[in-house]
Amino acid sequence: MAVLEFIKTYSPLFLPAIWITIQLTVLSIILGIVIGLITALAKLTRVKLLNRIADLYITVIRGTPLIVQLSFIYFALPGIGIELSAFVAGSIGLGIHNGAYIAEIFRGGIQSISTGQTEAARSMGMTQGQTMRRIILPQALRRVIPPLGNQFIIALKDSSLAGLITVNEIYMTSRRLGASTYQQMEFYMLAGAFYLILVTLFSVVVQKVEKTLETSKRQSSEIL
Amino acid sequence: MSQPIVKLKGLNKWFGDLHVLNDISLEIDPSEVVVFIGASGSGKSTLLRCINFLEEAQKGEIWIKGKEINPYKENLNRVREKIGMVFQHFNLFPHMTVIQNVIEGPVQVAGTSRGKAREEAMELLEQVGLHDKADEYPEMLSGGQKQRVAIARALAMKPELMLFDEPTSALDPELVGEVLNVMKDLAKKGMTMAVVTHEMGFAREVAERVFYMDEGKIIETGTPGEIFDSPQHPRTKKFLSQIL
Ligand SMILES: Nc1ncnc2c1ncn2[C@@H]1O[C@H](COP(=O)(O)OP(=O)(O)OP(=O)(O)O)[C@@H](O)[C@H]1O
Ligand SMILES: [Mg+2]
Repeated sequence: MAVLEFIKTYSPLFLPAIWITIQLTVLSIILGIVIGLITALAKLTRVKLLNRIADLYITVIRGTPLIVQLSFIYFALPGIGIELSAFVAGSIGLGIHNGAYIAEIFRGGIQSISTGQTEAARSMGMTQGQTMRRIILPQALRRVIPPLGNQFIIALKDSSLAGLITVNEIYMTSRRLGASTYQQMEFYMLAGAFYLILVTLFSVVVQKVEKTLETSKRQSSEIL
Repeated sequence: MSQPIVKLKGLNKWFGDLHVLNDISLEIDPSEVVVFIGASGSGKSTLLRCINFLEEAQKGEIWIKGKEINPYKENLNRVREKIGMVFQHFNLFPHMTVIQNVIEGPVQVAGTSRGKAREEAMELLEQVGLHDKADEYPEMLSGGQKQRVAIARALAMKPELMLFDEPTSALDPELVGEVLNVMKDLAKKGMTMAVVTHEMGFAREVAERVFYMDEGKIIETGTPGEIFDSPQHPRTKKFLSQIL
């Protein structure tokens, strides 16, 4: 009974935090997709300089801890005059972080489309850009949905690290409330429960999208 | 006198150390059908792919309709537009229906309106006997049907030359005929065609000339009768005895 009472009393206090977590996650995914797509294309062009830049970005981001990246953006950048709110710094930091992983997912998806598709498109006079946009990406997109969905869930959980740069998301809120009520354990469990629920909801959405793409191939080829 | 559609002069191509095309010179006249035969790895595909610049030859000249094409100066997309290509593995776009496959080039490349492109596509599908499959996705088609769609797709660009790279060798034997019939039809309508195939019947019926390739060289040329019935070069003889 005490548990239910606890949940009933404190859950409402989490609502703003849940909303912030969702915003952080969605923004960082959108940013990650944009950066990821550009990076994947940069890695696949024949322009060596772009290949290098993309490689460097992916290597640095995947080779350093997210918390260091977030701290750098929020605590260190003000040193050179770039001052961002915790939320903005968190969204950008998470977006840049996700971008590196999403880039590799896109690259894999694009490379998994047979070269015969490119040849067929080029042989009828399509440009490289048209081939990518009309032929390769629509097919690649469908293949990357499962790994992308997986990355989204990781992004959702990773957003908790934004709490350490003072964003009032779920994890930060649980710490704050826990410390002031001396019920740390209960609050961490509550935070965990919220993440679990969000992850489950996210998975359902991802599966829905996957299904929709599968059944309406036509639409997705016309989106792009 | 009309210009040859394609003229190759001393074409050479290497993949690393491998000399894949060794001094190829030939001409293909308007409405002519030529067939390339030769062992696996002799460079047949590479030769076709050089003609539409999917591969770049390192040495030699490629003339299309009386104009030498310099791949660094020319807009190759404009050149390829008028050279249709049909592949062994069809390479239809699986995320598009049959009709979408066929109108993709005209709409995206040639700038034809959708309505007009659809109209023309339906005529082409009729020509290859597949107008009732217009709204199917390629995965629903048999290999022979896929290849006929691929031919229609290439024709939709109103090419002046069609390249066929072993168009029937991925097909079940009972499906080969329907594709060859479409190709014969095309030949009779006066299409200029360069075909890599080992279908002797087809070559005899529609080809003006047969080229035998061996290790990147054209070592024997003649009418189908000359090549198939009385090959001169020992290698041609050996090759033909193996595949017949
Ligand atoms: N992209 C490439 N890189 C390196 N080597 C290649 C490449 N494409 C083809 N080759 C090699 O060039 C040679 C000629 O290949 P090509 O595909 O033109 O032969 P082919 O006559 O069409 O053979 P097949 O009957 O098997 O299709 C082969 O030895 C092949 O391995
Ligand atoms: Mg070949």
